[in-house]
This record gives sequence, C-alpha cells and structure tokens, in this order.
Amino acid sequence: MAKNVMADLKRDHITKLLSKGMRIDGRKFDEPRPLTVEKDFVQSAEGSARVHLGDTDVVVGVKLMVGQPFGDTPNKGVLTTNAELKPLASEAFESGPPDQRSIEVARVIDRGIREGKAVDMEKLCIEPEKEVWIMFVDVHAIDYDGNLFDAGNIAAMAALKCAVVPAKRAKKGEDYPLPVSHVPISVTAVKIDGHILVDPTYDEEIVAEARLTVTSNEKGDLCAMQKGGSGSFTPDEVLKVVELSRKIGADIRSKI
Amino acid sequence: MGGTPLPDGIKLIDENGKRLDGRRPDELRPLKIEAGALKRANGSAYLEWGNNKVMAAVYGPRECHPRHMQDPTKALVQCHYNMASFSVDDRKRPGPDRRSQEISKITSEALTHVVFTEYFPKTSIDVYIEVLQANAGTRCAGLTAASVALADAGIPMRDLVASCAAGKIDDTVVLDLGKEEDNFGQADIPVGYIPRDDEIVLLQMDGDLTADQFKTGLNMAIEACKKIYDVQRDALKRKYTLPAGKTDEGGGVN
Repeated sequence: MAKNVMADLKRDHITKLLSKGMRIDGRKFDEPRPLTVEKDFVQSAEGSARVHLGDTDVVVGVKLMVGQPFGDTPNKGVLTTNAELKPLASEAFESGPPDQRSIEVARVIDRGIREGKAVDMEKLCIEPEKEVWIMFVDVHAIDYDGNLFDAGNIAAMAALKCAVVPAKRAKKGEDYPLPVSHVPISVTAVKIDGHILVDPTYDEEIVAEARLTVTSNEKGDLCAMQKGGSGSFTPDEVLKVVELSRKIGADIRSKI
Repeated sequence: MGGTPLPDGIKLIDENGKRLDGRRPDELRPLKIEAGALKRANGSAYLEWGNNKVMAAVYGPRECHPRHMQDPTKALVQCHYNMASFSVDDRKRPGPDRRSQEISKITSEALTHVVFTEYFPKTSIDVYIEVLQANAGTRCAGLTAASVALADAGIPMRDLVASCAAGKIDDTVVLDLGKEEDNFGQADIPVGYIPRDDEIVLLQMDGDLTADQFKTGLNMAIEACKKIYDVQRDALKRKYTLPAGKTDEGGGVN
C-alpha cells in the first residue's frame, strides 16, 4: 500500500520532469551514469572486477575448474553465469535461492558473453570429450541503484579480460590468459511516458513501463537482446535503442 | 594426497620467531575500515583485513519477517553471513551452508547483546555480511564490520563489538591467523569483545590447547580487540566528523 503511494508520487515527479526534457539526476535521456572499473578486485578469483555505474555497485568474480564437457560440445569449455542479488544491496532483494529476477539478469549477461563469443571456448578444451575448463561467472550485486544488466555485463567483461586460466594449479600445464576474443557490451534503456531513457536508476526502473537491453560487439553487430516489463516499444523505439546501444557500447568498451 | 600440505622445510614460525608473512606472534594483519561504503543500505562498512575483503550492510529497524518471529518487547537482530562464490580458491556453491548458518547465528547473538533492542519492539534489524575475498578470520572480520555498519545506521548501541582470533601454530600461541596458519595450525580461538564493559560476546575454539595456552591466547585476542576497536571508532569519526572550519549547514555547491 505505502509502496504504491510512493511509486505514484515518484512516477508523477519523474514524468513531470521528463515532459520538460529532464531526468531526476540531471542526465540527458541518452546519457549513461559515470562508470568506474576496478580490475583484479578479488585475488581469490581467476579474474575479477568491481564496477560502479552511478550508485550501482557490482563485483564479478570468474572461477575456472576442470570438469566434463557437454556431449554436444565435446571440444569446448562450459560457461555458467550466476547472479546473486543480495539483500545487502537493496531492500528489494530477499535472501534465498535465485529468484526470477536474478535468473533473468544472469541469463541476459550470459547470453551477451555466449552469443557475443566473448571467450574462445575451444581454447578451454583440455582433452576432447574428457576434460574441459568450466568457467563460472558470478555476478554479485553490492549496492543497487538500477540497471544491473549493464553494470553486471561491464563487470563480467572486465573480469574476463583480466582472467588467467589456472592450469598450473590443476596440473594441466602452464597458466595462460583467458582467450577473450570479443567484448560484447550491453546497454539498457527504459520507456517512461513515451520517453526512452538510457541506463535507468532504481527509481526510473520502478516506474518504467518497459525495458530493453541490447548487446552489441566491437563491429557494431548485435548479439543479444531482452525486453522486459509489461509495457511495449514501437518498432522505431526499438531501432532507436539499438542505435543508442551501439554508440554507447563503443564508448563503454573503450573504458574496460 | 600429493605429499604433505606444507612443503618440507617450511615452518610456520622461523628461527627468528617470525611468521610466514613476517609478523611477530602478537601482531595483527593490516586492518582498514570504511564506514558508510554503500548508498542504499541504512548503514554499512567495508573492511579489508590482511587479504580479507568484507562488506557489511544494515537494514532496519524494519518490519520483521517472518511474522511469527516478531517479539512484542524487542527488536530481532538477524545476521546473514555469506561468502561470495569467488571468495575462495575452489569456487563455493552459492547459498547458505551449515558453516555460514552457524556463523550467522553466533554473530546475531553477539550483536544482540550490544543493540538496545528494547527500543524497537516487533522490528527486525537485518545485518548482511558479504565476504568478497576470504583469507582466514572472516567471522571476526564480519563481526567487526557489522558493528561499524550498525553504528553507521544510527542504531543505539551499548558499545561496538570488536573481534579477533588467536591461535596456535608450531606450538606457539599467536594472534590473528593467516590462511596457511589456519589450514596447518593447531588451534583457533575467535573472540568477540566489548572493551568498555570488558565482556566477551563471541567465543569459539577448535584444536588442541593447554589451559595456559588458552589463557595466553584469550588475553592476546582481547588486547588485539582493543586495537581493532580504535580502528572501528576512527572509521566512524572519519565519516561523521566535519573538516575543520566546516559546519553542517548550507554547504551546497551550486
């Protein structure tokens, strides 16, 4: 009840500002929040990064373990992406096994990495059909002010870029850098009252009608998308988000 | 098993009485605390202690879930200790295990002692401890960070809880075990302590100690807690003291 009143008040405030061409934090509609990337944040991980996207704070750790390949990809490593939306990060998150929201975040980030062919998975094969590297990308939300999709994607890519395959520890030869061949970057926009806003804050997310995440690679080609929310986008709006994603994605890529 | 875990010829304490990382027996690892590290939580603290990295956040007092746990006379302090999957060498499966459940319980109990729970009947004060990088001593690091986070949340408390472990390696009682010392040592005694009232609010022990060794270890841990307490207070002072010449009014820039 109280929550609904707050959401209504916020919605009024946000939409009033939008009609004057302003966002609550003073950004332009197509302007993402300030980004900082700290690589190698966690020494116990094979690769890691802490990313601040505005007040959203995410830590990603990459771990690699020797395991069995899937039957249909006997000469490829295995990618597992997991997102932990911890109650530490927001009152909106609850303890317990991953819920639908964190599974969606994990799967959208996973799709970017997988379909964007970020990692050359064939180079993670140790012995075809027998042994490959299992790569875990664990996304940990520490402080939540919206847009975990992009903060998580950026942190995951930064962590992959500095990851080292721990071959020596596993007695599989010498350590080597994780073979990262592409850097797919996701950019998320929301729609509020017909306006398209890039990199939404928490307040913008809760009043948004719909959300669209578009992941593109360094060539500007698209590798993953996800629409969320009960609202809709017109085809033109979708194309607009695609263009924004390619442009902003290139800028973000240069920072990690 | 591929031979002895600790390579031959390497001792946890060398002939000069120095430990693997060069510390003296009664020396703490470097400790840094930052109060108010997160925006969304009501209170928070980030702590780096040796190679441990721990974030603590406090939410509340707020409505108590589950409802049947509400206490009409006081607040419930509910601590949730969690290790990130990438915080250890072999990836930890996400989610609570028996060890973290136990740590959550004893940490909640230690903190309940210092919080004026009677001020907030029917509510819950939720304390989240997230271990991002683990290197022995995370329960002490978590408790130490959690007390700073509670104070940062403005929750009335009798005092801060400081926490540190003593242990035994190579038959010597030492302070604040590092990872190798924890793995190959002989005993571990985590202690949570309130300097002002000289009270112990957390105590565990495992391993093998004589009564005298225990006494030495306990005293060592208590003395260390007093130093840790100063670091906790400094962290809070840094956040809540205004720079000289500044007042808390106006102060807006543009």
